[in-house]
Amino acid sequence: MNLINWFRYASPQSFYPLAGRMIPLFWILALLFGAAGLWVSFFVAPTDAQQGEGYRIIFVHVPASWMSMVIYLAMAFWAGLGLALNTRLSSMMAQALAPTGALMAALSLITGAFWGKPMWGTWWVWDARLTSELILFFLYVGFMALQSAIDDPRRADKAGAVLALIGVVNVPIIYFSVTWWNTLHQGSSINLTRAPSMAQTMLWGMLLMALAFWMYSIAVSLLRLRAIILERERHSEWVKHALE
Amino acid sequence: MNALMATARRDVLLALRRRTDVLTAIFFFVIVVSLFPLGIGPEPALLKKIAPGVLWVAALLATLLGLPRLFQADYLDGTLEQMALSPSPLALLIAGKILAHWLLCGLPLVLLAPVLGLQFGLDAASLGMLSLSLLLGTPLLSLIGATGAALTLGVRGGGVLLAVLVLPLYIPTLIFGAGAVAAQSAGLGVEGHLSLLAALLALAVFFAPWATTAALRIALE
Repeated sequence: MNLINWFRYASPQSFYPLAGRMIPLFWILALLFGAAGLWVSFFVAPTDAQQGEGYRIIFVHVPASWMSMVIYLAMAFWAGLGLALNTRLSSMMAQALAPTGALMAALSLITGAFWGKPMWGTWWVWDARLTSELILFFLYVGFMALQSAIDDPRRADKAGAVLALIGVVNVPIIYFSVTWWNTLHQGSSINLTRAPSMAQTMLWGMLLMALAFWMYSIAVSLLRLRAIILERERHSEWVKHALE
Repeated sequence: MNALMATARRDVLLALRRRTDVLTAIFFFVIVVSLFPLGIGPEPALLKKIAPGVLWVAALLATLLGLPRLFQADYLDGTLEQMALSPSPLALLIAGKILAHWLLCGLPLVLLAPVLGLQFGLDAASLGMLSLSLLLGTPLLSLIGATGAALTLGVRGGGVLLAVLVLPLYIPTLIFGAGAVAAQSAGLGVEGHLSLLAALLALAVFFAPWATTAALRIALE
């Protein structure tokens, strides 16, 4: 650990090639986990006693929901770091994470609706969890809208950071909404302290798919980050050399 | 505290000299509230049911109208910079401005809403609860809205962008505020809604001026 100066990678110029080397690795991991997860989801996990085959959408819905929350926390973390330490790359990372997070939130809502129609009889219900996830989606969109409306990139970074930090209080609300409120959405089956209340194979399928989504999100965010770095640092020498 | 009161007094005085701005926001509230019975139909039972939500949403929209003006005039003529440079803490001065905004924008809504609630056939207890929930809620709207206004200060597409940023943050206030009135109408307990609303207000009174100040310093750079 002492041999590598990690802070060196806080410079866009140093991180750009490192990200370039990491991206293929994460794509491969995403594909492997995804293939394994999908195989378990469709061929290994048994038919549910109450819900039949339709429950299998949880293998997409739950990972997408988890990722929407995790990505928001990561985004708020990097944006906050950029605000506090005045680093460009941290804010660029937050900017890179936002669209993927918005996609995950939208996927969570849409796949949840696909589950809700056969299981609850309705595409949507205004309970605490769905509403707070919808608010999360709006927060992502607001973050992206604010950043694109401000011309000066540094001001956009800082304003976005303040907004992201204000919105971070929503994530625990989403997570705990099923315990705090009487809600149609099912409670948490996976806890840190209790044994999971679902079949082992279903759990494995979900975890594998969650890892797949995570690797995908990292790969795509790093790819987007590289594009943002090139765009925002386009006046510097190293970019001009890199683009030749 | 003197700085807070002085700033609040200044803002109220300035606004009262241009009374039209303040009155238009209030009239907007009245007109929006009137639109719903005209659009949905005058059936009394239905109106009684939608009244809390309609009045609260109209209050949200009316507050949103007044928010861009909170900092804009001072930003354009340099007063905001002077405030940032002054020896008084900027957060205190901003709190004074937010107080002025609530007195001009929120308090009229609190006083006007029960009168409009009569149009929807709400009973006396519900009207009282409506006033109480708005009394707790409108300061929240001013506080959260001020942060949004500071973030979008001088930015293109200001008003609509402000709405997109601030409305998701308003949703908990809306849920608990309208929920309290609906619970009162249905004869259920209101303590939960009011407690949560008051808790949100306590948090916002502490954090919002600070967040707004941070956002303003970013805008003033």
